[in-house]
Amino acid sequence: MTKLLLRLVAVSLLAAIAPSVRAGMVPKRAVLDNGMVLLTSEQRALPMVAIEILIDAGSRHETANQAGLANLTSRLLTYGTKRRSALEISDTLDFIGASLTTGASENVATISLTILKKDLPTGLELLAEILTSSTFPQAEIDRQKQAIIAAIKAQEEDPGAVAGRAFAAALFPGSPYGRPVEGTEASVKTLQQLSIKEFFMRHYRPNRSIMAVVGDVSEEEITRALNQAFHGWSKGTASAPPSAPSNIGAPQTLRLQKELTQANIILGHNGMARGHPDYYAIQVMNYILGGGDFSSRAMDSIRNERGLAYSVYSFFGADKSHGTFQFVMQTKSESALEAIRIAQEEIRRMREELVSEQELSDAKNYLTGSFPLRFDTNRKVAGFLTQVEWFGLGLDYPDRYGELIGKVSREDIQRVARQFLQPDKLITVIVGNQKNIAAK
Amino acid sequence: MHLRKIGLVLGLFLLAFPLGLSHAEPVQEFILDNGLKVLLLEDHKSPAVTFQVWYRVGSRNEKDGKSGLAHFLEHFMFKGTPTTAPEEYSRIIAKNGGRSNAFTTTDMTVYFATMSRDKISIELELEADRMANASLGETYFEPEKKVIQEERRLRTDDNPAAALGEVIGAVAYTVHPYRRPVIGWMEDIQNLARQDLVDFYKLYYAPNNAFIVVTGDFFTEELLPKIKAAYGKIPRGAEPPKVKVTEPEQRGERRVTLKKEAELPFIEMYYHAPNLESPDSFALDLLSVVLAGGRSSRLYHELVYQKRLAHNIDADYSAVSIDPTGFSISAQLLPGKSVAELEREIDRLLEKVKTDLISDKELKKAKNQVEAAFVFAQDSIFGQAMKIGYYEVAGGWRQMNSYLDGIRKVTREDVRRVAKQYLERDRRTVGVLIPTKEKPQKTQ
Repeated sequence: MTKLLLRLVAVSLLAAIAPSVRAGMVPKRAVLDNGMVLLTSEQRALPMVAIEILIDAGSRHETANQAGLANLTSRLLTYGTKRRSALEISDTLDFIGASLTTGASENVATISLTILKKDLPTGLELLAEILTSSTFPQAEIDRQKQAIIAAIKAQEEDPGAVAGRAFAAALFPGSPYGRPVEGTEASVKTLQQLSIKEFFMRHYRPNRSIMAVVGDVSEEEITRALNQAFHGWSKGTASAPPSAPSNIGAPQTLRLQKELTQANIILGHNGMARGHPDYYAIQVMNYILGGGDFSSRAMDSIRNERGLAYSVYSFFGADKSHGTFQFVMQTKSESALEAIRIAQEEIRRMREELVSEQELSDAKNYLTGSFPLRFDTNRKVAGFLTQVEWFGLGLDYPDRYGELIGKVSREDIQRVARQFLQPDKLITVIVGNQKNIAAK
Repeated sequence: MHLRKIGLVLGLFLLAFPLGLSHAEPVQEFILDNGLKVLLLEDHKSPAVTFQVWYRVGSRNEKDGKSGLAHFLEHFMFKGTPTTAPEEYSRIIAKNGGRSNAFTTTDMTVYFATMSRDKISIELELEADRMANASLGETYFEPEKKVIQEERRLRTDDNPAAALGEVIGAVAYTVHPYRRPVIGWMEDIQNLARQDLVDFYKLYYAPNNAFIVVTGDFFTEELLPKIKAAYGKIPRGAEPPKVKVTEPEQRGERRVTLKKEAELPFIEMYYHAPNLESPDSFALDLLSVVLAGGRSSRLYHELVYQKRLAHNIDADYSAVSIDPTGFSISAQLLPGKSVAELEREIDRLLEKVKTDLISDKELKKAKNQVEAAFVFAQDSIFGQAMKIGYYEVAGGWRQMNSYLDGIRKVTREDVRRVAKQYLERDRRTVGVLIPTKEKPQKTQ
């Protein structure tokens, strides 16, 4: 009975999903007087508002000897404005139970605010203060530097993070995309207040920013409030698109010694930018290879059949200017070389054979069917909308997604596998107890 | 998963249930003839449904030498039934646009999927099938054992804070099963046999030892008949044995260290504390917020911000467990700082909340944080289902309804009293992670 049911629903899937997607989100887009892009989705079910701001102020704008500047600047945003000290800011937020977090990646700085509707004026006032009158006191800079250095050390305890950083450094040498956003202990120590202030003044500008507001507030209400609260935030130099890393690292194997029971492994190479026309075919291909949570070839051959790993997956991470392919797994030291061999075989098989009809339709059905689950909370909708704008996908993207995935053929998959999976270009990173890994 | 992880999972879902809010639909309870309880909460704000089957069995029900059995069975439940091939369950859910998974804690084993309303019957049918007909076949036993051992290596053996938490649990409890890690000791996992899983399944996986939670965009009048049809035919099982172990009162501080390659020392203080059976649980909840809820909280402000001893600090308490639980304070140190000094400072601040009343503003702030988090948590249907299930396992879902009321009634005197009563040195276990690694070379 179940099987029959499945066939029926598979057929109706593409038609059913798309309209309901947009009906739920009803996003609107506007550009405010100060040049900031504002995306809104009115959601009245709960008395709360989720706000996400992306600012073109990531670590790609810093030089190598300033590594960590963008991250430090973003972290200091809630540590002092002309009106409020760090403690006054946290006291204000804690008293209304709101959450305000800031951070930076290679491309953007992110500010996330989750707040009760009744406290929205307080929240907007605080956001405006942070964005227009942050003071970056020296004492707070010293504190944050110490905290960042501790975080850099703490990451050394996370073997997956260690492998990820080594991989990025090997793949994109000399590029901001090859450096950790946090910087290094040495580079963080040298960062100066003046550079932080300059970085802030240059990059934290409304015409370099995207804001999504999702929740119990109308577009008119929020637009009026923002025009009022943010009127002192003036335009700066417009964004220039990011440029791709100019050097791509040669294939190599990197072994990093740690006293661990498992080998933490990344196999990967250069990928493609988000705007590449084959992006969707690549996503379908990768789902079959190692993207599916519990249903992928990697999961079958490495976990289910051989019991070599608990977690094994692959992904194409696509940024505006470039991207990566990574195949990630952990296995006990003694099985590392076997697991790597199987991973390489699976990558090769993807290029050599057409995927089955069943694999193709399962992949498409998952990707299209689970698409609405990517934005089933206010917080997720806010994140999704800023990404849609950042990558220029258009607000009708949810409506088009089904078709973009639906038109991918088995031949497309083999074609993109041959082009974008490159077994001879793989960089292999192995973090673990090298003595036991080599012994096999 | 592990003793410490429960606190973590609960922390996320603690404040998830809608009440006191006019728009919220109430939970509806139904009990089938075979004893299966069904808890339904309609919530139509996003087009998805979460369907969960909760079994009232976890590591708490295991015997010495068989640790990890409940969790192993959770993995093995994905190896099919006579009508569903091994690992086919996940594939079927995925190709219908759903996300599925399962987890095990000390108190429960839970299976779930989130899908669109028109697909949720598929999950409903598959869960009914494996409740009654799991194959638990020999073929996949050894590979799955290896997978679980890899999971243990990943989550515990190669994770310093988790490894410390496991040792603390083993010392804080002497006879109660909470002393065993949910994932199991490595040797125990190695020694488990397929027959252990079969016996455990027969004993605990029955409708009268389970309940269903569904939240999201469905209509009760459509869904309930489907649940009755699929599950009503599964026969009631024998009453599973009850676990009746009481941890003797701790008399005197216990200390434990773990040496491991790590960068920063880590300290955790674990105090025995009551679960939701005690009215003190509300004040303890607020105490944890006063101590470490946000950057302006006492421990964070003093020790992370002012004195700069810790990189981060946390106070973790959740009353939602079957047996009495723990109130724990944990901190990762900043480089070069002394564990002894941090411990002295934490003790000094704990003494303060035991002796002096917190301010009115502090109490109000803590209550506001709890109430706001309560609203935010309703943003997720999955979170709401988790909350209902946790309460149902621990003491009945209706106890959720008194939660906010209980919080609102807490006074400053209550907070001081529970601090004094429960954060007592003689009732705690202190664990310290000692990094064994030499100072790394500075790299540019």
